Parts: sequence; structure tokens; C-alpha cells
Amino acid sequence: MLTAMNIPPTNSQSQGPAIHVRGLEKSYKELRVLRGVDLDVARGSIFALLGSNGAGKTTLVRILSTLLKADAGTARVNGFDVATQAADVRESISLTGQFAAVDGILSGRENLVLVARLRHLKDPGAIADDLLRRFSLTEAGTRRAATYSGGMRRRLDIAMSLIGNPPVIFLDEPTTGLDPEARIEVWQAVKELAEGGTTVLLTTQYLNEAEQLADRIAILHQGRIIVNGTLAELKQLLPPAKVEYVEKQPSLEDVFFAVVGDTGDRDKDGDVDKGNQDRTTASNRK
Amino acid sequence: MATHFLGDTAVLTGRTMRHVTRSMDTIITTAITPIAIMLLFVYVFGGAIDTGTVSYVNYMLPGILLITIASGISYTAFRLFNDMQGGIFERFQSMPIARSGVLWAHVLTSLVANVISLVVVVLVALLMGFRSGAGVLAWLAVAGILVLLTMALTWIAVIPGLTAKSVEGASAFSYPLIFLPFISSAFVPTGSMPGPVRAFAEHQPVTSIVNTIRDLLTQQQVGTGIWTALAWCVGILVVAYVFATITYRRKVS
Repeated sequence: MLTAMNIPPTNSQSQGPAIHVRGLEKSYKELRVLRGVDLDVARGSIFALLGSNGAGKTTLVRILSTLLKADAGTARVNGFDVATQAADVRESISLTGQFAAVDGILSGRENLVLVARLRHLKDPGAIADDLLRRFSLTEAGTRRAATYSGGMRRRLDIAMSLIGNPPVIFLDEPTTGLDPEARIEVWQAVKELAEGGTTVLLTTQYLNEAEQLADRIAILHQGRIIVNGTLAELKQLLPPAKVEYVEKQPSLEDVFFAVVGDTGDRDKDGDVDKGNQDRTTASNRK
Repeated sequence: MATHFLGDTAVLTGRTMRHVTRSMDTIITTAITPIAIMLLFVYVFGGAIDTGTVSYVNYMLPGILLITIASGISYTAFRLFNDMQGGIFERFQSMPIARSGVLWAHVLTSLVANVISLVVVVLVALLMGFRSGAGVLAWLAVAGILVLLTMALTWIAVIPGLTAKSVEGASAFSYPLIFLPFISSAFVPTGSMPGPVRAFAEHQPVTSIVNTIRDLLTQQQVGTGIWTALAWCVGILVVAYVFATITYRRKVS
């Protein structure tokens, strides 16, 4: 389970893992939140960090995104040390925290333009319009973000994280507090990200979210990574599956989407609904 | 990063300025408390207060301007607090921008919002009979002192804005600042106060600042009081800036 502790040869930044963590520790006074975390995330993959509340997921993400300093251990993001090369790390990442970090007083479009200008990109307006289109927010673009539904606000939040195409994106519990439809919209966005070559580190407490999205899954428990592998590898940790014949009952989620999903008139709040087909495929997959 | 400081600060200031222009009610509420106090003192208490040859509205306007700033900066703390709570602050901190620009944007916005409120209050005072024969230089000096004081109090406001646990906590610090002018020469000449109160009133910053502004507006000789006033403003500014910066560093590291 534990990977070798020796540090691999420092390759050029385009090779080597996108995220490389060794022996990371962090305490808040008496409380030891991280007790030696080791972790590697391959480039272009989706890595899910599972854990219950208080397991230390957010603390780890905050350290990796240079918002917090570790007590011990090393962490490199895109080849840069988070402690000594924080500015380079910030050039390489985007963070979407637990609470949708959008400016509610600005419109959706203004939020996007703001981030594009802070990233010193050319033609922020065009970047904003393009992202509004990709995230089905064009019609809501001129409204204040405070009027958005939870799902729209999350989509805007993720859209803001994509500006400037950072190679690594941290999504800290991106679907917490969202309804099932909005959750699937976010999943779709995350999948598209990884298809575009972006490395995604995502934390979640929903097991099916990790199952749906992640190439690799790690479980953070009491400040340590206790399991790390692909879904297939994790499943092998348990005794082999027995074959049982069970009448397939629709899950409540299937029922929910059967009743609500396909009516297509969900855009009472101006939310153009392009996610319908995705949702159907996602819920039919089981 | 330093090369981006001005540009980033400008972009971020544009953002916080929109918070002000899209809630003009905050400018109004900032101005309403001092205007109400002004009405109360000029039309109710003022008749019983002997201010010599100076008309009462002319006498008390400087104190009202200080109260305007004190109530205005509580919104600075409020806006900063909201940023801290909402997560947008962390988004900015995780981006490749000049980190201190986030704070400076709030400070510059505070300055602009307060200047607007001050202009509103002065206009109301003009309607109430305030007149000044002061020249351009004297007005510029008054503006300079007010700007300096706004900056000083804004940096004080940054501290609760960064550290408060609740909205109430973020703005409650301004109440003592609003109250301070009442124990000064702002509304009543200190000569009528009993010994210890008078001693406090004459040695706290408001009195020297108010006296200086009043002397400038009524074309009196300002004397050495202006240096005391400036020393207070600069002193508060430096101390508040240092503490605010330390608080900020602690927050972002």
C-alpha cells in the first residue's frame, strides 16, 4: 500500500506526477489533522479523495493550493514545491472550495471577466462568453450570481476555475449540498475537464461520486491515506463477489429522474437545460 | 508578482466599487446617522449651546464629518467580512495575483465611498445654513485631513473585517468611534466640562482634528493644533496599518 519513500528523480515539470505528496503533517493545536500523507496524482487523471467529515480532506487541499502551510513533509504541484515556490504553484492551479466562491453581487459574466483579468488574459469578454456557453449559463449571464440556483452557482464556480487552463484543478466537495440533477451537471463538467487533459483532485464524501468519476481513489482516514488504488483494485480488497440473483429494483434516484428528468422544462429560472441527455445516460447506466 | 500589483489592485478595486454602487443604500445609511445627529443638534440642542460668534451649524460640522467617516468604515469591515466568509477571498489567495491587492482594493473603495458620503453630508449642511468663506487651500487642507483620517480608520476597520466571527462583530467596533466625538470639542466647547472629562476631551484625537478643520473652515489661525491633528492621523494610520498587515499575514499563511 505504501509507496517507496525515496524521492523519484526530479524530472522536468511536464513529466512526473501532477501532484506529489510525501509525509505531509498538519496539526491545529492539539488536533493532528494530517499524520503523514503520501500521495501521487498522475497527469490528466481524476483523483478522488474520499473521507468522512473532519478526515482532513479540506486541510490537504488548502495546503496544496498554498492557503495553508504544512507542519512537516513535502508537497509538489506541477513540479513546484508548495512551500518554497508558492507563486509558481498558484500559476498552475485553480481551487474550487467547499462553498461556491462566486461574487454574488456581480453577474455571472462579470465574475468570469474578473478572473480572466486577474489572470492577465487577452480578451476577457470573449473568454467569459465562451465559458457561459459551455456551462449553459448564457441566458443567466447578465443576472447577479446571488440569484442563481445552487447548481448554476457551482457551474459558474467551476467555470471560473477553468479560466487560463491551469493544468491542475482542486475541487473540494464540489457537489455537497446540490440536488441530484445539479450533481450530475457538475460530474459532466468534471469529466470534460479530464478529457481536456486537466488533472483533477476532487474530494468527496459521496462514494458513488468517486465511483462515477475517478481514475484512482484514495481514502483519507484519521489523517492518513489508508487505501489508494483504482476502483477495480479497491474492490479486490474485499472477498470475491458472490453471484446472487436479486430482482432489480429501481433506486430512488432512477425514480426521481424518471419522474422529473425528462420533462425538459426545468429552466424556470432561466437555466438552459442542455444536461438532459447526459442525465439520462448517467442514470441508465446502472 | 510585484509587477502586477497596480493592475490587480485596479481590477479588484473595480469589483469592490461595484459592491458600493450596486448598493447605494449603504452610502445613504452611512450619511443618515450623521445627518440625523446634525438635525438634532442644530435644531434642538444647538440653541442652548454657546459657541460664541460662530453659528452652531458651522461649529459642529467638523464633528459630524468625523462621525460620517466612523459610520462609513463599518461598511468596509462588513464588505471584507463577507469576502472572507464567502470563499471568494480564498479563490483570490489561491490565484497568481498580488495578494495584498485584495486588501488594498477594499481600502481604496472605502476611501471613495467615504468621500461620497462626506460630500452628501456637506451638501445637507449647506441646506441647513452652513457657510464657509475658506479659500481653495484651506478646503484642500480640510480634504487632506479627512482623507488621512479615513485611511487611518479604514485600516482599523480591516482588522475586525478579517477576524470577526459574525456580521455584528465586524461592524460593532465602529460604535465607540462614532461616540468619541461627543466627548470632545465637536458639539460643545470643552470649557463647560468638569475637570477629568475636560482633560480627556482635550487630549483625545477628535478635539485636535475637529478644532483644526473648524479653524480652517472659519478662516481662523490654525496654530500648532494642525500638527497635533496630523500627528494623531498619521500615528493611528501607521499603527492600524501595521496591525492590519500582521493580521492579514496570519490569515493568508
